[in-house]
This record gives sequence, structure tokens and C-alpha cells, in this order.
Amino acid sequence: MSTTSKRLRTLTAMGAVGTTVLVLAGCGARAGDETAGSRTSAAPSCVDTSGDTIKLGFLNSLTGGMAISEKTVSNVLHMGADEINAAGGILGKKIAYVQEDGATDWPTFAEKTEKLLTQDCVAAIFGGWTSSSRKAVKPVVEKHNGLFFYPVQYEGLESSPNIYYTGATTNQQIIPAMDFLASRGVKKLFLAGSDYVFPRTANAIIKLYAAKLGIEIVGEEYVPLDKDDWTSQVAKIVAAKPDFIFNTINGSSNVGFIKAYYDAGLTAGTTPIISVSIAEEEAPAMGHEVTGHYASWNYFQSLKTDTNPKFIESWKAYPNSSGVTSDPMEAAYISLYLYKALVEAAGSFDVDAVNAAAKKNTITFDAPEGKVTLDGDNHHISKPGHIGQINSNNQFDIAWASDKFIEPDPYLESYDWFPADIRKQLVDAAG
Amino acid sequence: MDALIAPLLNGSAQGALLLLAALGLSLTFGQMGVINMAHGEFLMIGAFTAYLVQQVIASSDLSIPVALPVALVVAGLFGLLLEVTVIQWMYRRPLDTLLVTVGVSLILRQAALQIFPSQGVPVEKPGWLDGQLNILGYEWPLRQLFSILLAAVCVAALAAWLKYTSFGRRIRATVHNRDLAETSGISTRTVDRLTFFAGSGLAGVAGVAASLIGGTNSQMGVQYIIAAFLVVAAGGIGQLKGTIIAAWAVGVTLSYFAYWTTGSLAQVLAFILVIVFLQLRPQGLVTVRTRSLV
Amino acid sequence: MTKSKPWISLSGIGLFAVLLLAVAPLVLTDHWLNNLGKYCCWAIAAVGIGLAWGRGGMLVMGQGVFFALGAYSMAMHLTLETAGDRIPGFMVLYDPLAPLPVFWEPFRSTGFTLLAIVLLPVLLASSLGYALFKRRVKGAYFAILTQALAVALATLISSTIRETGGDTGLSDFKYFFGFVLNDPANKRMVYLIAAALLIVCLFAVWQLYRSRFGELLVATRDAEERVRFLGYDPANVKLVAFVVSALMASIGGAMFVPIVGIITPAEIGAAASILMIAGVAFGGRASLFGPALGAIAVGWGQSSLGSTWPDGWTYILGLLFIVVILFLPNGLSSLPARFTAARRSPDRQPAPAIVAAELEEARP
Repeated sequence: MSTTSKRLRTLTAMGAVGTTVLVLAGCGARAGDETAGSRTSAAPSCVDTSGDTIKLGFLNSLTGGMAISEKTVSNVLHMGADEINAAGGILGKKIAYVQEDGATDWPTFAEKTEKLLTQDCVAAIFGGWTSSSRKAVKPVVEKHNGLFFYPVQYEGLESSPNIYYTGATTNQQIIPAMDFLASRGVKKLFLAGSDYVFPRTANAIIKLYAAKLGIEIVGEEYVPLDKDDWTSQVAKIVAAKPDFIFNTINGSSNVGFIKAYYDAGLTAGTTPIISVSIAEEEAPAMGHEVTGHYASWNYFQSLKTDTNPKFIESWKAYPNSSGVTSDPMEAAYISLYLYKALVEAAGSFDVDAVNAAAKKNTITFDAPEGKVTLDGDNHHISKPGHIGQINSNNQFDIAWASDKFIEPDPYLESYDWFPADIRKQLVDAAG
Repeated sequence: MDALIAPLLNGSAQGALLLLAALGLSLTFGQMGVINMAHGEFLMIGAFTAYLVQQVIASSDLSIPVALPVALVVAGLFGLLLEVTVIQWMYRRPLDTLLVTVGVSLILRQAALQIFPSQGVPVEKPGWLDGQLNILGYEWPLRQLFSILLAAVCVAALAAWLKYTSFGRRIRATVHNRDLAETSGISTRTVDRLTFFAGSGLAGVAGVAASLIGGTNSQMGVQYIIAAFLVVAAGGIGQLKGTIIAAWAVGVTLSYFAYWTTGSLAQVLAFILVIVFLQLRPQGLVTVRTRSLV
Repeated sequence: MTKSKPWISLSGIGLFAVLLLAVAPLVLTDHWLNNLGKYCCWAIAAVGIGLAWGRGGMLVMGQGVFFALGAYSMAMHLTLETAGDRIPGFMVLYDPLAPLPVFWEPFRSTGFTLLAIVLLPVLLASSLGYALFKRRVKGAYFAILTQALAVALATLISSTIRETGGDTGLSDFKYFFGFVLNDPANKRMVYLIAAALLIVCLFAVWQLYRSRFGELLVATRDAEERVRFLGYDPANVKLVAFVVSALMASIGGAMFVPIVGIITPAEIGAAASILMIAGVAFGGRASLFGPALGAIAVGWGQSSLGSTWPDGWTYILGLLFIVVILFLPNGLSSLPARFTAARRSPDRQPAPAIVAAELEEARP
């Protein structure tokens, strides 16, 4: 075969393929032609409300690294759904849930969100853990005008008409923790975190507030999420001689940090740690080394409220139970009941009707952490601030509590130390 | 002074752990040509063994010393099982062992996630490892000294085993010339199995050490495997001496970089250094002269 | 390697083209069409892996690196297109006052972006490949080195959160070269481009396999020393295959971004790179269609089985590796050949060739 004929054939074939593509394509909307683009293109909702069941989607990582944390959230969602069904369901319809695996992979979270919304036609999705997973889900639920309930504390500075946040935003967890430190007379603070969006953003906020409180930041260290070895960084902490450590490490890396910390002779007595990702679930894996350190959450298993004992009891009796309750679990539990309250106030499963019901600011739920109220404008809930100290049973003794429920303020608008120009840029960039 | 001493000592300990993880690989990869990507999961098996031993022997002062040999045997048996069921059919396709063992590691990891509490389990450190050693003003954690001593003992035992026992001699004979060894009456099948048992067992021992440093959970093996392979490659295949130097060098480099930059960047820089080194010296630090053409 | 008649391969490519470009858009829902587009991106990378590994014997375990070059080039361009004159939102979060990182600037240009998607992988692969192949790095060393590179790059991206988006990655793209991405018609167009690129890559690889170069590549895989004695430089032969496979990975990565709408370091790291290999091994590393079909099958398995039975999917994937490599080293596409070979002449199996090459590599 001669080279020329070969080349000719290649060209013809490629040309044919190219033309096919161009013929088949080229009818979509262009930039600036917004009437055909973005919002209006969202297909009408395919949610089926005619039967006596309503489909909800649960999206948690059941495999991969984050399964360590997210499996429990998935289980507690199942428990909540069973409870609601036993009590008659939502608007008289039983919940039929579709459980999806996010597989610790953010594009998978996006894909599964689309699947849940367009193939399974669920009325709302519950789940996610890492901020990255939420950020992957956000554009998809916004595109399809779906609903996503996110149950974990996060870095704030975000809002979406299609997401409800039932975990704490920064002013309900980070800022109370800083106030607690200031009340303890802390002067030198060291920041240790995993290398991803939540710790980076949280620490940016901590630094701004610390300047206002007169607390000096004597060091800042990050280690990749999947690395356990903290010895080098702990050596730096020893050298920096801080009064307190602010810990935003997530996942199993915390175990390595706590162990290296203890090994270096740093104890809760001399240099305590305050964490925002160590709860009743995580503490047992760290052994006695974690005893005496602090954590900032809204919910603790040890809280004495009217509804908490029932929550703990049902969880302990649940088949896939881990035996202890924790803040993210409770926030996931809240999210289901909050949705039920929203739908029943709206009298409909329609997303716009639900959002309109939220706007009235009357949605409340008697949660295990206390009676929470939904803020219909920013889609967060009011929460009590608590600082707990870990005891030898890996439970938390309450060391500090906010005097009232803290209203959610994701963009920190009521805090003058947060620069207005940054806020404006963030809001602009988000819009 | 601290800025110089601390990374050196911490890095040596980090290198020791890396060496423990790499020792078994240098046996199975270096001597047998098997690329076992499930080695990290054997390490995980060792760590979970330490936890299980602690359920029987409550005192951690005692349980960790007991766990070391038990982990060696348990991880070794898992290795033996892998050799008998899968690897033994693949000696003629060494590159494919890499892919097969990737499958094994996926299965082991998922199984661990389902068998044990998903958050992981606590392994308590023995009380006699509490405390620090003052070295030139730096309070060096005793636990790190333990990593180094454990690595030293394992290296010495392995070297002695290879050099002085008849099993060791048979292994070396098989590595040098499999056909001749077989002709001389050595059962190369037995030798292969034993080598794999020992290599996997060493991963188990490394797992006990790792359980004292980080979390004991289904994902723990992942962070060691690539670094361990790089150490073996950089040290020179089948060369204990090279593996030791490479592990120590990587550990100390990591630690200094972590001290000067960030933990993440240290990881990147150390890996790139090893990759560049291997480009310059593909046969590794220490090389054997061979008569083979390639 | 046995030579099949050209019309068989050609009609195979034709059938593939009809299925992907005409049948799939008609029968699949938007969601599944988009998923198929994602599998096509992996398949494009897989075709390259088939060339480098199946035909060239180089186990490329770090194709994520090249996938990343294409993906992040595209993602940076789309992010800037979405952000317009503003600084991308995620950057504001970490340092509101700093300007756009310098290396982002050129990606405003469409031409530069397209050029980068092609040139960056070619440049990196040729410099890396040149150094490695000239020094005769091969076998397991090569595999581990490339894998380490993928890990290093993924960690680097995770740790440079302001410059690259870190672990969260880049997402929320509104436009694709001026087309509104939310419009289903445009999404179909993006799918068609990816599918068409896959066909083009298959065609290109088929031409390579039929050329003198293709024969030289297989010869290098099976007996590198003999090729050297015949007066060829095996390093150059391998280099070309490696560079072409890098280019394909980059193209796959670039199309992955508008289709999936997000790119993160996890898509390019060790696990992702190995998953790309899984598809190739499953389909048949040395065959023309095996890698692409395998990649599509693994992608589909992940979407569907991973959905109905997440724990089980991990076990299935693990078993797939073991069973296929153990019993079917040439993948599922060798099944029909095995079947017919068993009936006709038993000496037509290409498997022993691979064995010989790897045995050679295993010796230190």
C-alpha cells in the first residue's frame, strides 16, 4: 500500500467524522444568549408525588477514604427515615430512599447528584461530608433546581438557594472556639490543619479574628489529608511554644497528630488542643492520648436536653449502630426532620414552594441539641455553641456553652473585623 | 540547634519506618521480581493484629512486644496464602503481578472497612515508650527511638537469616540462578513460599510500628506503598545496604523539607528528588554485577 | 503479531463510530449520554495505554499526569471564561488581594489552551521518556516511577490550593468556548466531540499498528536487544509510543472537564491511573478495540454496579484484576481468538510474546 493513498484515506475518514459532529451539534445556546441557557434549560421536575411514597436520595461515601466518617451519617439517615415512616411519613407519604455511594470522589458526587435528580427523580438529596463534595454537588443541584441537605460543619462564606446547611457555619463553631480561647487568656496560638479547603479557609478567618482578640498566631502547618505522620510538624510546635493549638485536621490524620503530640511530651495540662473535627465517633481511635483536649461543636452526646436521650436510645438500638452519637450524625438527623417540617409547611414537595415556606422563618425542630430555627434567607439553622473536654470514656464534659442560640451568619456580616471588601468579592464571585 | 537536630532525628525515625515497610518489598520484589502492591495492606493486617492482641492482653506494656511476632506470622500467612493462590502462577509474568496485587489490595481494604469499625481502632502505646530523650537540647520522643531499634533488629535478623541459615543460602542460590539451584536439589517452590512469607511478615511488623504512629484503619496502607517502592528502587534491587541508605535518606529529606516548607510540599519534593535520582542512576545506589545482557 | 485483513478493523471502527455518534445519542437519556462521554474520555486515554503498554510493553502507571495536563489546561480556560474579568471565586477565599497567578494568564486565550493541551504532554513525555529510555529504565522501574510521578503531581495540586483549587479541584464552568454548558444541546455537542476524538484516536492507532513503526514497536517489546542489534534504537521507538499515549491521555483529560464539569487531583492520582490500566487489562491490552471497550465497561460498571451495590463493586473490581490478569492476560478481546485458535491452529496466540518480554525485564 502506498503512503499517499493511506494518507488520503486518513484524511477522508477524519473529515467525515468531523463533519458528522458539526452537523449533529451547533444548535445550542451561546454565551450571552441566556434565554436559552442556564436556568430555563432545567427540565421540569420529574418528581412523582402521585403515589403514597416519596423518593429521597442519600449520597454518602460508602467506599474509599471518607467512608471512615460517612458510613455513620448514611446509617443515621436510614434510621431517621425509618422513624419518620413509622410516624406516618411526610405529608402522609412514606420515604423511599435511594442510597448512592459518593466513593470519596468529588466528580462521582456530581454524577450521582445528577443521577438522583434526573434518573431517580428524588425530591431532595441528603449527604456529603467534605467541603469539596459539597462544592461538587452545588452546581448540579443549582442547574436542575434540586434540593441538597448538607449535615457537616463547614467554612461558611457560601449560600445557595438549593442547599440547606444543618451543620455549623464559622460563627457557630470557629468563633465560639476563639471566644473560649480568649476567655482562657490564650496569647499564642498554633494552627494545625489538613491541606484542603475547610482548614485553609477556617484558618484565614481565625487569623483575622485573632488579630482583633490580640492573640498571636505563632505557626501554621498543613499535612495532606491522607498522611498520618505529624512528627516533623509537632517538632515545630514544640519549638514555637504556643499556649493552645487550634486543630482543623480531618479524618484519620488526626490520630497521627494526637499521637505525635503526646509523644513529644505535650499534654492537655500544658498545651491543650481545641479541635473542630474530633467528636465521639473519632475519639476512641486515638486512645488515651486525646483525653483532656477540647472540641468545639454544637451537639455532644452528653448534652442534657429533652430530646437527646431518645435520639441516643434509638441510635443505640439501631442495627448498624456504632453506639455513640456525634455532631455530624445529629445534624444529618436534623436535616431529615427539617425537610419534613419544610414540606409540611409548604404543603408540597415542590422546590420553589419549599423555599418559599423557608422564607417565612417559622420552621423549627426540637433537635437533640435544642430547638433549632431555620433562617430562610441563608438556609442555615440557629445552633447553641458548646466546648467539650474529652474524658477518659471518650465522651465530652461541657466546659463552655454559649448563653443563647447563635444565629447563622455564613458571610460574617455582623462581625466588623471581617473585611467588607473580601465579603463583597466573595459574594460577587459566587454570583 | 533545634532546627538542625530535630529534623535529623525525626527524619531518621521516619526513615526507619519506611525501611520496615520497604524491607519486605526488597525481599519479594528484589529477590523474586514480584511487585506486590498489596504490601501496604499486609502492613494494615499487622496493625490490626496489634489491636486484636491488645484485646487479649490488656496491658499495652506487654501486648506490643507480643504483637510483633504474632503480626509477623499473621501477615506472613496472608502472604503465603496470596503466593499459593495467585502469585505462584505468575512468576513468568512479573509485571502482571503488579496488577493482580492491586486487585488484592482493593479487596483487603474494603474487607477491613467492613470488618472493623470504620473510624479505625485504637492501638495503645506501651507505657515504657512514654517520655523523651534529651539530645543536644531537643526532647526526642522515645517512640521514635523504638522505630529505629525495631528496624535495626529486623535488618540484622534478615541479614543473618539470609547469610547464615540454610534457608537463607537456598534463597540466595535461587536468586542467583534458579535453574542451577533446582538442579542442585533445592526446592525452589519452597524457597519462593518462604521468601514470600518472610517478606509479607516483615510488612506485618512494620504495621505494628505504624499503628503506634498513625491511625489503624482500612486506608492506612495506601500512604506507605509508593514511598516504599521508591526506596527499594532507589536503593538498588535486592540490596539490603542500598535499601537502608535510601530509606534513611528519604526520611531525613522529607523531614528537613517538612521543617523548611510544608508537609505537602515536602512529600512532592522528596518524590521528585527520588525520581530525578533514578533517572540519573537507574540501577539504584548499590548495584550488583551481573552477566546478563540487560 | 498476526495481521488481520484491514477491512475487518476498518469496519470495526466504522461500527464503533455509528454506535457512538448515531445510535447512542438517540437511545440514551441526557444523563447516560453524559456518562458515556466520560467513559469515552477514559477510553481515549486507554487507547494510548494500549499503544504504550500492550504494543510497547511499557506499563504506564502514571497516565494521570498527562490526563491532568489536558484537564487542567482546559479547566483553567473554562474557569477564566466563567469568571470573566474577575478573579476566580476560590482564589478570593485564600488571598483576596493577590492577582491571578502568572501561569493562569495565557489560558485566557483559546488558541493557547488548545495548543497547551497538545504541546504540554508532548514536551513532558518526550523529555521524561528520553531520559528514561536512553538509560534503559524499563519494566517495574518504569511503572513505579510513572506512578510516583502521578502521586507527586496530585499532592502538589492538592497543596497549592490558591493556584489550582487544591483537593476541591476546579468546577462550576458555565461556558465551553462560548457555548452555554447548561444547555442540553451543547452537552450533546461536547459528548459528540469526545466520541469523535475517540474514533480518531482509534483510527490513528490502527494506522500506527499497521505501519513499519507498529511492527518495530512490537519487536522492541518482545526482544529489545535483537532490535538494537538490527541497528534500530529501541529508545526512539518507545519514545514515540510513549509520547503518543501521553497526548491521548491529555486529550481525554481535556474533554473530561466540560463533560463531567469538575476536575480534582483524585482523578489524576495513583488510584485513578490504576483504574485506567484496569480497563485496558480487562479489554485486552494489545488489541485495537480492547482498551477502549474495557475502559467504557469499567466506567459503566462504576456508575451502575457502584450505585446498586457499592461494597460489592469494590470486590468485583478487585476480582476483575485478579481473574483477568491470571487467566486472560490478553483481556476479554482475546476470548474469540482463543476460541477459534483452539479450533484451528493453536499457535496463533500472541500471549507468549508478552511473557518473553517481561521475563527479560524482570532480571536485575
